[in-house]
Amino acid sequence: MNMVTLSLGAKWVAVGTVDDIPMRGARCVKNGAMTIAIFRTATGEIYALEDKCPHKNGPLSQGIVHDGCVTCPLHNWVISLSTGKAQGADEGATLAFPVKVEGGKIYLDLGRV
Amino acid sequence: MTCLKKKLVIIGNGMAPGRMLEHLFELAPDLYDVTIFNAEPRVNYDRIMLSPVLSGEKTFDDIIIHGDGWYVKNNVTLYKGHKVVAIDRDAKTVTSEHGEVAHYDTLVIATGSAPFILPVEGKSLPGVLTYRDLDDVTAMLLAAQSRAKAVVIGGGLLGLEAAAGLREQGMDVTVLHIMPYLMERQLDQAAAYLLQRELESRGIKVICKADTKQILGVNHVTGVELKDGTIIECSLVVMAAGIRPNSALAKDVGLNVNRGIVVDGHMRTSDPSILSLGECAEVGGMCYGLVAPLYEQARIAAETLAGVGEQPFLHVDTATKLKVTGINLFSIGDFADGPDREEIVLRDASAGVYKRVILRENKIIGTVLYGETTDGAWFNDLKKRGTDISAMRETLIFGQSFQGGAPMDPMAAVAALPDDAEICGCNGVCKGKITGAITSKNLTTLDSVRAHTKASASCGTCTPLVEKLMMLTLGDSFNPAAVTPMCACTDLGHDEVRRLIKAKGLKTIPAVMQELQWKTSCGCAKCRPALNYYLVCDWPDEYADDYQSRFINERVHANIQKDGTYSVVPRMWGGMTSSKELRAIADVVDKFAIPAVKVTGGQRIDMLGIKKEDLPAVWADLGQAGFVSGQAYAKGLRTVKTCVGTDWCRFGTQDSTGLGIRIEKFMWGSWTPAKLKMGVSGCPRNCAEATCKDIGVICVDSGFEIHFAGAAGLDIKGTEILCNVRTEDETLEYIVALTQMYREQGRYLERIYKWAKRIGLDEIRRQIAGDEARRKAYYQRFVFSQKFAQVDPWSERVSGKDKHEFIPMASLQLEAAE
Repeated sequence: MNMVTLSLGAKWVAVGTVDDIPMRGARCVKNGAMTIAIFRTATGEIYALEDKCPHKNGPLSQGIVHDGCVTCPLHNWVISLSTGKAQGADEGATLAFPVKVEGGKIYLDLGRV
Repeated sequence: MTCLKKKLVIIGNGMAPGRMLEHLFELAPDLYDVTIFNAEPRVNYDRIMLSPVLSGEKTFDDIIIHGDGWYVKNNVTLYKGHKVVAIDRDAKTVTSEHGEVAHYDTLVIATGSAPFILPVEGKSLPGVLTYRDLDDVTAMLLAAQSRAKAVVIGGGLLGLEAAAGLREQGMDVTVLHIMPYLMERQLDQAAAYLLQRELESRGIKVICKADTKQILGVNHVTGVELKDGTIIECSLVVMAAGIRPNSALAKDVGLNVNRGIVVDGHMRTSDPSILSLGECAEVGGMCYGLVAPLYEQARIAAETLAGVGEQPFLHVDTATKLKVTGINLFSIGDFADGPDREEIVLRDASAGVYKRVILRENKIIGTVLYGETTDGAWFNDLKKRGTDISAMRETLIFGQSFQGGAPMDPMAAVAALPDDAEICGCNGVCKGKITGAITSKNLTTLDSVRAHTKASASCGTCTPLVEKLMMLTLGDSFNPAAVTPMCACTDLGHDEVRRLIKAKGLKTIPAVMQELQWKTSCGCAKCRPALNYYLVCDWPDEYADDYQSRFINERVHANIQKDGTYSVVPRMWGGMTSSKELRAIADVVDKFAIPAVKVTGGQRIDMLGIKKEDLPAVWADLGQAGFVSGQAYAKGLRTVKTCVGTDWCRFGTQDSTGLGIRIEKFMWGSWTPAKLKMGVSGCPRNCAEATCKDIGVICVDSGFEIHFAGAAGLDIKGTEILCNVRTEDETLEYIVALTQMYREQGRYLERIYKWAKRIGLDEIRRQIAGDEARRKAYYQRFVFSQKFAQVDPWSERVSGKDKHEFIPMASLQLEAAE
């Protein structure tokens, strides 16, 4: 496990490498009390959402990843990985974090938390 | 006769010339060498379906009409991305901007139209788009990613579809419309009001009488200013204020051009060697923008080219439909007020329904329907025929099903339509043509009807009507329920997918998606687990299980709970346990501070509230005590519940505990379409409750009664008897064969009782009890697949498999928190 220390002023935080995450899968990053799920899609894009479904706080990191969305394992809400917004008829959104990948390393922008 | 083919050159590759070529190849396949110049760098696609692409309901691939193969097959030379810049009428050549020169005997100009750009300041700023082709849609989708504000200028068909699509993509959208109400050319004010209310309820702002003064911004759009001084901030402006025929090229070379390129009723321009059709053409003083008249022009142009044309183009009113999911509106004909007109209006405010029929001399001349549009085709038919409606005047507005006394069911309404009633407005296909094709060509699927008649092949709104016609014509042999798609990613049903997996030898999920033309790039949470099961079942030795296509429970071999923790259930064979096992469980519960322990209905012990990170360590400890996974999470064999049988019970007739353990040890690890729970009772008192299980056994003096297809969950249902057998060996063989049959035929998540109902109990009895060779073959296939399935997933993970699942990637700590 990578232990990372950051100061409050910093925004971009390295959390690991792209290869740490399985394709169409997710890994978690613990940020104090909050868990952030980092997703990697079939086409290799990386997204980060708070690991909490807007419906009943289901762990999105445990869902099935498909076409830019993840389906929550508890009640099958479909959440957009890019916006955190519930798709279809469901309403609600979870926190989405800006992500950048440089040289295979993943950085999260935690400026908002 | 061998003479050189004539050379046909077409400028433009839109829907009209594409359809013209289809007709031409039917009429005179060998008459012309065809060359097409297309300014867009792509093949012919269904432009009217761009709105579903924008809203994300379809992809570009879904809307291609002619793929590259079509051009090859028909020997058509297609220059993609070649805009024609010159026509030499004397030399009979055209020249593209890349310098390609082509000689023609006959030239067809089908350059379509261009969006009208408001002549205001800022119109060329980056961020100002039009809505015309795929490039526009791609640009809008890109802009939508920012989730910023958008302004759509124009509240007509195109503008509203663009607005709805952008809203669907998450943008904050404002529609500016210069007229007093939306879609004023197709709707009356009342229907426009309902439409505006519906759009506003979706979060789209609508400003009518909005006269754009200028588009603001320096390097990029920042807003739109209206003449009344209002400023609307935005970073995207979509101009959808109408279209203008692309007739400049024709005008340059001296063809007769008014608003569009002037053609006669046979699509001939003022130069006899040049035809024109589509949105760029003007026929009878009219330019058209909707698909139905353009397809009619295509048919006539093809006849002219083939030299068989007799009937000239005639103006026919075209119905308007808005392609926004959930909004139903229909309008046709003339619905302005006038002294010689009467109208019949029906409003249902609570249902948001508005219907208006406009009459002149007791004949329908126009119809506007909002909210409830199923009678559109019927009203249109009465209008076309000029039917005198005096006799049904009182009930006319209630629609077709109200006529003739008792309400008709929808099937009867379709049955009552005359053969020349139009079903598909886009392609001008009437009822008789569809039913005729179904009968003469033995069509049994919607796709084949689409292929042969084009009905419902464009915008698709008439699909339910076409399906009803198929039901009427084919009777019970057409069962739309049988082709319920697996999910939104495909039109194929579970059974078709399973059959094609075997028939085409598809052995990976990407292969299935490619070969069966999945509509999404990566499936969804419905189809991926189903496909994974079908492949595991059909190719047990070759298929590599796709871990990311399994639900979390099957991925981490535990059951997720509402708070994100997991529960763990070890196997207790036949429900038997021992002090050693119980002690091991007690130690694990203490060591990991497991908050809840429960005895399950399947005769084993459930430990609830385990943190995901602890799972491998919990399994390691349980494994040391000899436990394996109880697969209480699996769409697979769960438990075999038993009673104590002849070992202890004074009524027991057979060793039910021993038989249950034998079955469980033989079958554990197998994946099935849905969970599989079994029970073995030692006598008809049935203490193991075997007669509500998926498969059950009741022991009797003379042997074993095998039961199946019970349910005790959402549905409650007693089992059916498969047959009686004499020995334990036979019992095992029959149960295993039955399970394998279910494994091979069941739809994913379909419990055995539902499968049995679908297949028929007698058919199952015939194959398992009545056909020894078949039974043994099923048995052997199960035994073969078990070779690859009976691996304890817990011990695999204790040894490090999928380690990444159980540990976080990183832990961040704030300095301030320390």
